[in-house]
Amino acid sequence: RLIFNTDVFCFASPFLEKELPPRLLHPRRIFDGVVEGVEHGGNKSGIPTVNGSIVFDERFAGKPLVYCGTASIMPRTLNGKPCHEKKAQVGDHIVMTGGRIGKDGIHGATFSSEELHEGSPVTAVQIGDPITQRRMFDFLLIARDRGLYNSITDNGAGGLSSSVGEMSEDTGGFELHLDRAPLKYPGLQPWEILISEAQERMTLAVPPDKLDAFLTLAGEMDVEATDLGVFTDSGYFHCLYEGKTVACLSMDFIHGGVPQMVIPAKWQPKVLAEPDFSQPQDLGAELARLLGRLNICSKESVVRRYDHEVQAGTVIKPLVGVANDGPSDAAVYRPLFDSFEGVVVSHGICPSYSDIDTYHMMACAIDEGLRNYVAVGGNIEHVAGLDNFCWCDPVKSDKTPDGEYKAAQLVRANKALYDYCVAYGVPLISGKDSMKNDYQIGDTKISIPPTVLFSVIGKIDDVRKAVSMDVKRPGDLVYLLGETRDELGGSEYYAARGERGSRVPQVEASSALARYRTVNAAQRQGLIASCHDLSDGGLGVSLAEKAFAGGFGVQVELGKVDAESGLRADKLLFSESQSRLLVTVHPDCRAAFEALFSGQSCRQIGVVTQEPLLQVAAADGSRLLSAAIDQLKEAWQAPLREM
Amino acid sequence: MARTVRAIVIAGNGTNCEREVAHACRLAGADVADIVHIAELLAGRVRLDDYHFLNLAGGFLDGDDLGSAKAGANRLLHAQVAGSNGTVADQIRQFVADGKLVMGVCNGFQLMVKMGLLPGLDGSFDQTCSLMHNDGGRFEDRWVWLKVDASSPCVFTRGLEGLYLPVRHGEGKFVVDGESTLKRLEDQHLGVLKYADAQLKPTQDYPANPNGSVNAIAGVCDQSGRLFGLMPHPEAYIHRTHHPRWTREPELPEEGMGLWFYSNAMQYIRDELL
Repeated sequence: RLIFNTDVFCFASPFLEKELPPRLLHPRRIFDGVVEGVEHGGNKSGIPTVNGSIVFDERFAGKPLVYCGTASIMPRTLNGKPCHEKKAQVGDHIVMTGGRIGKDGIHGATFSSEELHEGSPVTAVQIGDPITQRRMFDFLLIARDRGLYNSITDNGAGGLSSSVGEMSEDTGGFELHLDRAPLKYPGLQPWEILISEAQERMTLAVPPDKLDAFLTLAGEMDVEATDLGVFTDSGYFHCLYEGKTVACLSMDFIHGGVPQMVIPAKWQPKVLAEPDFSQPQDLGAELARLLGRLNICSKESVVRRYDHEVQAGTVIKPLVGVANDGPSDAAVYRPLFDSFEGVVVSHGICPSYSDIDTYHMMACAIDEGLRNYVAVGGNIEHVAGLDNFCWCDPVKSDKTPDGEYKAAQLVRANKALYDYCVAYGVPLISGKDSMKNDYQIGDTKISIPPTVLFSVIGKIDDVRKAVSMDVKRPGDLVYLLGETRDELGGSEYYAARGERGSRVPQVEASSALARYRTVNAAQRQGLIASCHDLSDGGLGVSLAEKAFAGGFGVQVELGKVDAESGLRADKLLFSESQSRLLVTVHPDCRAAFEALFSGQSCRQIGVVTQEPLLQVAAADGSRLLSAAIDQLKEAWQAPLREM
Repeated sequence: MARTVRAIVIAGNGTNCEREVAHACRLAGADVADIVHIAELLAGRVRLDDYHFLNLAGGFLDGDDLGSAKAGANRLLHAQVAGSNGTVADQIRQFVADGKLVMGVCNGFQLMVKMGLLPGLDGSFDQTCSLMHNDGGRFEDRWVWLKVDASSPCVFTRGLEGLYLPVRHGEGKFVVDGESTLKRLEDQHLGVLKYADAQLKPTQDYPANPNGSVNAIAGVCDQSGRLFGLMPHPEAYIHRTHHPRWTREPELPEEGMGLWFYSNAMQYIRDELL
């Protein structure tokens, strides 16, 4: 049973005012189309969309990225057998169910693995029909409970060729009659039927004695199901059309025949410098400007278009706070009505750091995902990750003269993936990659920044212990957990000045892990009133978001921040040092909270105030910044409000 | 079935909220809350006669491709139940004639309106109202205040003043076929739920009125008060952790406001139908 969806989009600014290269759609049109498509697909499927984000970079005009994830739940055992085990048997029928096959989605996988060029085919895009899928899912759950099939795989990239091809590894061969497949319209060639990626289709291995029951149930539920052949042990990938063989390849060749590619990679760190500018006079204006940047501003207009509450399980929603409009760090979902155990889902994504070093980009994405997860109460001891790579072409060629550098970026990202997942003890349970996110027509080439979406899923023992990010009441103490360093390379603050810098944030996993475990302990004891992570825009943005989401002011002194010595006030406010969390604590809980964190980086930097102002004092006590929270909120909400 | 309250939730072809509706029925005290696929009804294996409380849950019947719930309404009106001369709609009419309860939420409300079950003026089943695209032109998920008309015959809202519930729809703007229909709705207090501000004053202002419904109408009952449909989702607020601000409002009771409709339904069934 599907329990929730997540969406992360990477676009160029919808307000882009440049001339676009040929055949590219304006990012505004991409934005509108993608949002609407996910709205239709997600809402109609009856699956709440509980978590996501939108990342902006001009290079995504060349290829926008759309990451959609789905989580589901199943019984641990069913009819006495582990529910996750599946295996096709010799003699099982190959049954395709759900939608019909059309010309849509032919070469979809090829399309998404090559650069956009003049010849990119329109038929590569599948045309979805969520209601067909919904009916099929209802049917499959009943068929599963009745034990009517031995194995099941979806028809994704490569269509039948890969679903049947993969399942037949269990038996060692198959015989598939392509002419029996139901088509949307006549006129498809056998090869098109074999590889079409038309949506909403599943391939199943149905034992002969269950075939009638399977097909009858499908008929009653208005779901199409067709017997296309049998799994064999012939050793051959065998396709027929009207009785005539149209493909017959040995299984060994199909599964083991591809020679391993060797891609040369050479890491040559770029020579980068920190920008040289003096501290701006008006830090309030700087903060407001940051809050209005596309990567930081409110995405409420998009979030509201997705049903995030269907199935009545969403406990921490994407929008929280006194006016239901603050930005949640992660979602908490309670899938079963008879238990308060919950699933927590979050993600990290920070492609801007890739321009400096993909190793640290990867480390930061992992850490961001985990600290968002911990912020709402996710158990750091019971968590898994999922890595989704979207890369630019890393193979050196005439078209890609910097291929060795791009390949080295890939190697470095994977090294960090290994290092940090081991350090945090986080298993990677799934993942995916798309390797040719480049646009090339004529002399114009646009490569996306190397981007990894690191999704996090795990457990909270009791959803009633979950914590939201908004400040709760005046008088609560504001704590900053974790050290702030001169790490503004790739930051939003530098980007706002047109700079990149060189000091990319680096993750110190051992202290972060200890911090996350302690935060969990404090959450279980009910000591934490609110908790919010620090990411894009650093301390300044996180303070503002906490304050206006809760409807109260916050007063802090920068001198109390645990920071690298001599760090300038603007850098202190906007550094993107990782693994930091802002927490508010009721004064009664102070002693217990501080005792838990003894020996760790944990400083009380201020208090929540009735007066609706964000006030920041410098180390010498002088006033650095004082801004009304409703003005900060307005700056944060305005940019995408009408989208 | 003596002394047991039996609720049915029809599912399939695009309903999405059947599980939480059935759960709400059980929490409110239904002895039985069966989720039944429409195919079971059309095959004649399950009959509405065996139940007291019919729930039409939210979703996107047949993808809402002909307008919300329109294709679904046509299926119920015209598809024959196997082994009988009647349709599911005939069973629903008999169910209504037997004095039983029907509640439709969101797509279920759209279905009731498009089948002519609501508002059912003159006791006919002609369609007089509809639900159209929101004024904002898009689907929206947001929480709204609802003012209850205390003079309404609606059995589901007895004793209630106001509720806070989420709407999640793209086609929720309630419209009527003319002024006379609107007048009759208002004169008979059938527009029982109205979108309101936090002081429970009905409003046409977005976002408190999320879709531009005429006279802020969010929910409608028939003259008997036993047929009730609404766009907001009561089954989405049955526990305090459903409330969007539960982490900051410790005084919220365990039981969510949405459960009140279901509790009233159970009370009515125990008093009148058992």
